[in-house]
Amino acid sequence: MRVFVGIDLGSTTTKAVLLDENGQIVGRGITNSRSNYEVACTVARDEATTSARFNFLTRALQESKESNAHAARSFELSLLGAFRLELYLAELSALRERMLELLEGARARSNASIHEAVSDILSEMEQTAPSLFSQTEERKSDFFRDLAGSAFLSAAERISHTRGLRFEALVWPFDRAILEIETEVRALDFQSVLSRAARRIGVDELGREGQDALALVIEQIGKRHLEEASFVGTGYGRQTLPFPKAAVRSEILCHGRGAHYVFPDTRTLLDIGGQDTKAIQVNEHGVVTSFQMNDRCAAGCGRYLGYIAEELSLGLHELGPLALKSSNPARINSTCTVFAGAELRERLGMGEHREDILAGLHRAIMLRAMSLLARSGGVSQEFTFTGGVCKNEMACRVLRELVDETYGKHLTINIHPDSIYMGALGAALFALDDWRAGRPQLLRVSQGGPSAVPERETGACVNCA
Amino acid sequence: MTSEAALPKDSSQKRQKQMIADHFDRLARAKEDGRKVVYTFVPGNLTELIGAFGFLPVLPEINALQSGMRGKSGGYISEAERAGHSEDVCSYVKCDFGMLKSGNIGPTGKPLPKPDLLLLSYTGCFTFMKWFEILRQEYRCPVVMLHVPYQADGRISDEMRKYVVQQLVSEVIPTMERISGRKLDEADLEERMRLSARAEDALVDVWESARHRPSPIDGYFGGVYYIGPIFSAFRGTTDAVLYYQELAAEVDERIARGDGPMTPDGPMPSERYRLVVEGPPNWTNFNEFWRMFSRERAVVVASTYTRVGGLYDLGFRHSPADPLSSLADYCLGCYTNRSLPDRVKLLEKYIRDYKADGFLINSVKSCNSFSAGQLLMLRELEKRTGVPGGFIESDLVDPRYFGRANVENRLQSYLQMLESHRSARAAS
Repeated sequence: MRVFVGIDLGSTTTKAVLLDENGQIVGRGITNSRSNYEVACTVARDEATTSARFNFLTRALQESKESNAHAARSFELSLLGAFRLELYLAELSALRERMLELLEGARARSNASIHEAVSDILSEMEQTAPSLFSQTEERKSDFFRDLAGSAFLSAAERISHTRGLRFEALVWPFDRAILEIETEVRALDFQSVLSRAARRIGVDELGREGQDALALVIEQIGKRHLEEASFVGTGYGRQTLPFPKAAVRSEILCHGRGAHYVFPDTRTLLDIGGQDTKAIQVNEHGVVTSFQMNDRCAAGCGRYLGYIAEELSLGLHELGPLALKSSNPARINSTCTVFAGAELRERLGMGEHREDILAGLHRAIMLRAMSLLARSGGVSQEFTFTGGVCKNEMACRVLRELVDETYGKHLTINIHPDSIYMGALGAALFALDDWRAGRPQLLRVSQGGPSAVPERETGACVNCA
Repeated sequence: MTSEAALPKDSSQKRQKQMIADHFDRLARAKEDGRKVVYTFVPGNLTELIGAFGFLPVLPEINALQSGMRGKSGGYISEAERAGHSEDVCSYVKCDFGMLKSGNIGPTGKPLPKPDLLLLSYTGCFTFMKWFEILRQEYRCPVVMLHVPYQADGRISDEMRKYVVQQLVSEVIPTMERISGRKLDEADLEERMRLSARAEDALVDVWESARHRPSPIDGYFGGVYYIGPIFSAFRGTTDAVLYYQELAAEVDERIARGDGPMTPDGPMPSERYRLVVEGPPNWTNFNEFWRMFSRERAVVVASTYTRVGGLYDLGFRHSPADPLSSLADYCLGCYTNRSLPDRVKLLEKYIRDYKADGFLINSVKSCNSFSAGQLLMLRELEKRTGVPGGFIESDLVDPRYFGRANVENRLQSYLQMLESHRSARAAS
């Protein structure tokens, strides 16, 4: 079948969306943008293809007469977990190989006990990996870097302590190797990985016939050809990649288009990404009529929350829920990322509660966004919030309050669980337009070749200069 | 990409280069030649009067922008900040001050002479006053101020004109006579006014050539080169008349050949977007900024920045008939001395006359005087013309305020937005 690909190469994550000829989403994928954008694009696209094949699988399973919808969904989830586990283990094995090579090549910095400790940590990670992908376990992230990093560091901390080794001696080969591993592209043979996954979850109860039927479905889906008919790239890194110029669209247009596609009555859109915030107005066709974005300084963007999370040793996803517990939000005016750490420590030192400080920080970010919204023309009709920050519950709550206060309570505010994909969705819609207009462009990226990461130049901030 | 050095230069360009080099040579030799030097500002400059007394003009704003283009402004600004000037102060002022503290070397590498007089013609920018206050402190030289009333109601009244003329007669000219040691030669002033008008006629022809499709000129990036002579030292000189007539003839040839404007990469093959721009360009990344437009085949058909030293296309000409009233009208009519509604009116006229697809505001971070109200102007213009406006932010000469990725993102988004509107119109 023909698919139309949109890729949104953001500063933090890279998203891909595949559409069919009718503009229906067939798959979507996300990965961390890492230091190699070409790899990030390839991985996001592979993820989207994988998700498309899983969607086909779900449909095939639902259509088979033996299973009911609920059982099919549960089976698919187990299969998906096992599939991800297989991919994780393959990456882990590559990581092991590279780390041991690094240790081998740096004898001055390692010895037999370090070697053994690293090897033991990795074995332990292999053994505990299945729990990361079980249906009951809620994962903080799906990215290999995050999952492996978290597992490695906590094991390294424990083992360095019990065996009397320096923590740093265990961690440096991980830091080096993970950079290399995540910038390599591993060819994905969907059918064979899925077959292994199926064996792993145990399909004995299906009986011989059921197993054969499943194998057939897997084979059919694995072989199903997804022909990329057209591609459009957008996002922060769009200028750096060898995207053909005609295949590049501004993320402002893509976000406007994507949000309008999902919520056709949207006329105003706020997108808060890793390092920029955009307020966009669209017309009834989803065409952008006006926009404002933050200038040279990334204060108040997603990266700011990331920094705050690091300062508090919390996961990004933990900030919102903690802030929601506040009963007495602090008054914070500055959203400067450079000063955030100092302000945070000072307030903590003065005895203020973490949740109150966090609530104040969320409000400060959203006040900044409100200023951009006002500058772009304000909010008068349906309003949609997109970008990574809309996953933060506190950010959403504060935004809702501020929009109510400023523009009245009659407004519909949309926050879609897949808002992070709006830019990629808009890009895919443009790809479909291009194909219909007879000028499709295709994405060709070299596999894992070196690619420059754009300079993060944002102007006057000493932290960025 | 063709390197800029490899691009053939028009003869007007060569002429301009020579004129400017000669001027800076004259400045470098001023003291040994016994010539007096007047520092003054571009908007409301009294170049004919300065010339009639045999003074040589120095324009600190132009020195600052040239420092920006030569990559020197960052260092000069740091120098000024070390001396206590805040980060938010107008970057022209800090750049000029830093240059002064670093030996006052001009754009051609030769030192600039100290001023014998600071001629503060005040036309709407409050900072001008503070700027010369600082320079007076440094140079310990006299300041003469010409206070030009603000055109709040969008018209020049007789009282306003008389008020300016009176200051010229009672303050400015006597001070210049005292410093030069000679009486004003009225015949010389009249002749200069006559020459100014001739150059202004030719400059207007150049601006209006952009009504053609394709436009033979870029009225912003190219335009800042065209205004060089008339906004600096050459208004009222034969050199300026020759330069502008030569330039206008070259532009006519471009029209005849159907050529588009020159860009840093050679002639623009075909124009895709016709834009009107409000606000000065960024000088520290000037060519980079220009290429962001030219590579998208966006040509600027008219800009308000290129009118800050005189709005000749609205009909004003320096006149020998009553030179002082004419100078007063010139100062009163400067773009910087006009109100927000007047600026909107002018931009609206440009958008309509030049059949622009869009208009863009480059808002300058360190210029409070002119950035104030620009978003209001944008909304009002959208309402009046139905043409979508774009908004970018950078600075004059502080390199820290130019975020390449951000400016490029906004500009490309804006141009793609114009394209979507065009497709939507075509489809309906």
